[in-house]
Amino acid sequence: MALNSIQQAQVVPGSPTQDTIAAISTPLGAGAIGIVRLSGPQALPICQYLFVPAKNNDEPPASHTLRHGYIIDPQSKARVDEVLITQMRAPHTFTKEDMAEINCHGGIIPLKETLALCLAQGARLAEPGEFTKRAYLNGRIDLVQAEAVIDIISAKTQAALQAAVNQLEGGLSEKIKTLKQQLLDILALVEADIDFPEEDLEIDSLKQIATALIPLNQELDHLIATFSEGRMFREGVATAIVGRPNVGKSTLLNQLLQQERAIVTPIPGTTRDTIEESINIGGFPLRLIDTAGITHTQDVVEKHGIKRSRQALKQAELVLLVLDGSQPLTDDDRKIIQAATGDNKKIILIINKMDLKQGVDPAQLQSLLPTDEVIYLSAKQGQGLDKLTKAIVKRLSGSDASDSEGAIITNARHHQALIKTQRALKQVMATLEQGLSPEFVALDLNEALNALGEIVGQTTCADVLERIFSQFCIGK
Amino acid sequence: MYICDREYDIIVVGAGHAGCEAALACARMGCATLLLTINLDSVALMPCNPAIGGLGKGHLVREIDALGGEMGKNIDKTGIQFRMLNTRKGPAVQALRAQADKQQYRLSMKAVLESQEGLDLKQELVEELLIEKGKAVGVATQNRAKYRAKAVILCTGTFLNGLIHIGLTSYPAGRAGEFSSVRLAQQLPDLGFLTGRLKTGTPPRLDAKSIDLSSFSAQSGEDIPTPFSFTTEKIKQPQINCYLGYTNPKTHQIIRDNLDKSPMYCGLIKGIGPRYCPSIEDKVVRFAGKERHQIFLEPEGLNSQEIYANGVSTSLPLEVQVSFLRTIEGLEQVQVMRPGYAIEYDFIPPTQLKPTLETKPLKNLYHAGQINGTSGYEEAAAQGLWAAINAVCKLRKRTAFILKRSEAYMGVMIDDLVTKGTLEPYRMFTSRAEYRLLLRQDNADLRLMGYGYRLGLIPAPQYQQLQQKRKSIKGELLRLKKSMVSPHEKELPAEIVIKASCSLAQLLKRPHVNYAHLEALDKKSPGLSADVIEQVELELKYEGYIARQLAQLEKLKQLEDYTLPAKLDYQRIPGLSTEVRQVFGRIKPVSLGQASRIPGVTPAAISILMVYLKRKRSSQ
Ligand SMILES: Nc1nc2c(ncn2[C@@H]2O[C@H](COP(=O)(O)OP(=O)(O)OP(=O)(O)O)[C@@H](O)[C@H]2O)c(=O)[nH]1
Ligand SMILES: [Mg+2]
Repeated sequence: MALNSIQQAQVVPGSPTQDTIAAISTPLGAGAIGIVRLSGPQALPICQYLFVPAKNNDEPPASHTLRHGYIIDPQSKARVDEVLITQMRAPHTFTKEDMAEINCHGGIIPLKETLALCLAQGARLAEPGEFTKRAYLNGRIDLVQAEAVIDIISAKTQAALQAAVNQLEGGLSEKIKTLKQQLLDILALVEADIDFPEEDLEIDSLKQIATALIPLNQELDHLIATFSEGRMFREGVATAIVGRPNVGKSTLLNQLLQQERAIVTPIPGTTRDTIEESINIGGFPLRLIDTAGITHTQDVVEKHGIKRSRQALKQAELVLLVLDGSQPLTDDDRKIIQAATGDNKKIILIINKMDLKQGVDPAQLQSLLPTDEVIYLSAKQGQGLDKLTKAIVKRLSGSDASDSEGAIITNARHHQALIKTQRALKQVMATLEQGLSPEFVALDLNEALNALGEIVGQTTCADVLERIFSQFCIGK
Repeated sequence: MYICDREYDIIVVGAGHAGCEAALACARMGCATLLLTINLDSVALMPCNPAIGGLGKGHLVREIDALGGEMGKNIDKTGIQFRMLNTRKGPAVQALRAQADKQQYRLSMKAVLESQEGLDLKQELVEELLIEKGKAVGVATQNRAKYRAKAVILCTGTFLNGLIHIGLTSYPAGRAGEFSSVRLAQQLPDLGFLTGRLKTGTPPRLDAKSIDLSSFSAQSGEDIPTPFSFTTEKIKQPQINCYLGYTNPKTHQIIRDNLDKSPMYCGLIKGIGPRYCPSIEDKVVRFAGKERHQIFLEPEGLNSQEIYANGVSTSLPLEVQVSFLRTIEGLEQVQVMRPGYAIEYDFIPPTQLKPTLETKPLKNLYHAGQINGTSGYEEAAAQGLWAAINAVCKLRKRTAFILKRSEAYMGVMIDDLVTKGTLEPYRMFTSRAEYRLLLRQDNADLRLMGYGYRLGLIPAPQYQQLQQKRKSIKGELLRLKKSMVSPHEKELPAEIVIKASCSLAQLLKRPHVNYAHLEALDKKSPGLSADVIEQVELELKYEGYIARQLAQLEKLKQLEDYTLPAKLDYQRIPGLSTEVRQVFGRIKPVSLGQASRIPGVTPAAISILMVYLKRKRSSQ
């Protein structure tokens, strides 16, 4: 009685049911230009929806031409990245379907965000080899290549299996299986109530279900929240060192890296372009980005550098905001503090040059950045760095996600599946609230189970029956 | 040796619920049909509970009726208590159940068979299938007679190697008091069929005179019973009560003390029994914490003292049955008229069948009913009808009749059987249907009657009536969507509050508003029949959910419509695992949809299959 949608055939990737697929099609690597590719009937509408051309008088999109513009998050209206897009109409494309390519420039984070936006608009994450497979199925690739396609798919089964095992090791697999088991128990209750109305099953009411769903929902929220933490582990936490010129940002970078990576001089405006290095601090991988000092300037080169600094600041998850402790606060300092505190970033305020006579008024700082911790150090002499390291670890491990007992979502597909589950459970609650009949509740529960099934395997009719007959004495 | 002078189109073996529907459908579609039964006095017998319908099953009966079958009409003539179940739940999970007068049911069905033109009914014990060139061409019987036909439908129920257990004694029988078909059971494996063994049980029948009914609570049916058949106007026969009582710890103690005399608990029974219908022994052992179990007393007929003790199916020895029954309040003096028993029987696992129910090893041979591992009269009847329609279609070289999982419970059941097989006696549950909201008992006519008409099983006037109903529904929906109500409307009933003007359709969508509420507002209502109003209401109220199911359906449609060639050599497909090759080779799925539902088949395997086929097609 694995009900409803449960028992239905799994949707086969690349089946003739043509949904729209999306993936990042260049190998990931820091700094590389990445392409988000879309194929399928929704490829062009999705791309069109997220894209805003750089020039207002941009021509209506001709097929196969490059256009310059921006990817905008439709909810926050924030600019995600500056991009070049190509929209290609079927059948003259690689897959013979409508396709779009979005060339992102801003590195991994905007690339992934662009992909996430496409998925949120209804595209499905492509399976490995799926673009090629579609190309083949639509007769784009010749017969000789067919065997190779089969190889890709069958190799995929092995690889995917291995990947799934790796992914699901540890707490996550157990967590999701428990969630699934709990949902299955609830579904069994609903189904028994439907199919065995004359048994005395002592099923109180559907209220029982609503109560049972509350902790389940919380657990799901936690798991989903771990995704950003998961991303952090995959890619490193984007950490920007910002401040006005000459406050000692490059000196701090070199100290943390324990090497002379950036040029240090007493001349303001030494660093002209961002410098990125990976480093592990207290178990956290950081992508440490030294930036050009932000100030008002006429110098063309410096202007460009500052633009990049601002972008790095915007995309950073963690900000090391450096002030020169030997001097009173300047307008530049205040502006930078304001820019950094804009959107909910983790900020650590650093007062550098503590070896010199101090000119900053701590009370003034408090009023500017009341809640955030202030670290006093000397980058030049290496004093106070341990305090900084501790503060970084504290800020990064202090996220809500860490009470999920070690289970972390790192895979975009899993993340998507959990979000679908969450959506379905919301629907269950809504259905219960409206006081609708149990078969509607079952429909929603099945949708949730289907979504979880994408991670840990589908629930079958037999599973539900098994639960019913072991929980309830059926037998009129 | 008697060789029948008539050549039949189709021979149906067994006149249980599958056989009766099969034979009637064949004859009604114009085929010369022979129906053979071991005993003419047990045609359409109900060897177990005296009831038709229930969740999922009631749906099947409605579907059978929409396809011109007999079960619904027959129970309407002989039912002695009708109940609509789940009336407090939504329309998709409501279902009819009726208590039957067992003897009347049997006699009434026999009369229908006897009066059916083109159908011969004979008492014969079939011992052998006649096979020529891999095709079934007739049967040979115990009376040394041979009958020839173009196709044979086996509906032999529990008669293949049937073995009855009461306590530690057992004897071969098809049902209590009847022969089992031993010879036929021996022949089938020789013909290449794998067989399996199942078990089922039945409770004792009690003498009404020995029961104090005042200790039980009476359960009555509906005052105005709803009929099963779309053709029945009114239930005319008198209606009776059933009675509900409970076992108690003393009952359970006696059962526990005598488990060593239960053939199941001492390993005598090898067959697998249904989990949804456990014996009282099982209930007491597996749910030891439960202090009482329900026992329903169901009269077996208007003119009978026999009471079916639903809920206490058992294979304990008679003396134990009597003593545990007598611990139950009201049964202190009870007399058992027939003891409960367990029966083991062979079945032919249905994965050896095509979706038409034709067997894969032998052409023109069809299996329907309990032989396929199902349980239940309704499941059997549905398969009988299905097999018959397909046998006739094949003889006439017409395309096979296969309803999809999204079209009918029948489609769900057959697909489950031929794709997954079954490990326990298969029974229909509504939860087996993924498109449950679409497959309602109230719309079986709208779903299926068109097919019935085109097959020649539904008479033209009935079909015209259906078309009229369809038209009225459509017209009324349109009208309701167009008729607007203003918030200043004077006649607005107290329970309806509106802020801005809206359509009558929008009002009807509200959970607590029904068609009758609109009466005062709706001056132009065309005065529709109750069944049209019902459909209109349902369509509007559940629009959103129904749309969701339709969307799911659409998603999988192309997979379902992608047919697989029958002669595909799965061994030669690169990239498939050995297990998947084997299972594909055995099941021979007819569509990618079916292939994807086979247990153990991964989405990747389906992709590989698809790529392979595409390549093959384009290279041809
Ligand atoms: N006394 C003292 N001097 C420091 C300290 N940190 C940096 N300096 C000096 O400050 C000057 C500027 O240092 P940088 O690290 O180049 O400063 P920056 O912030 O990177 O400057 P721009 O790249 O121009 O934005 C150098 O002469 C450093 O030696 C410190 O903790 N104490
Ligand atoms: Mg610098």
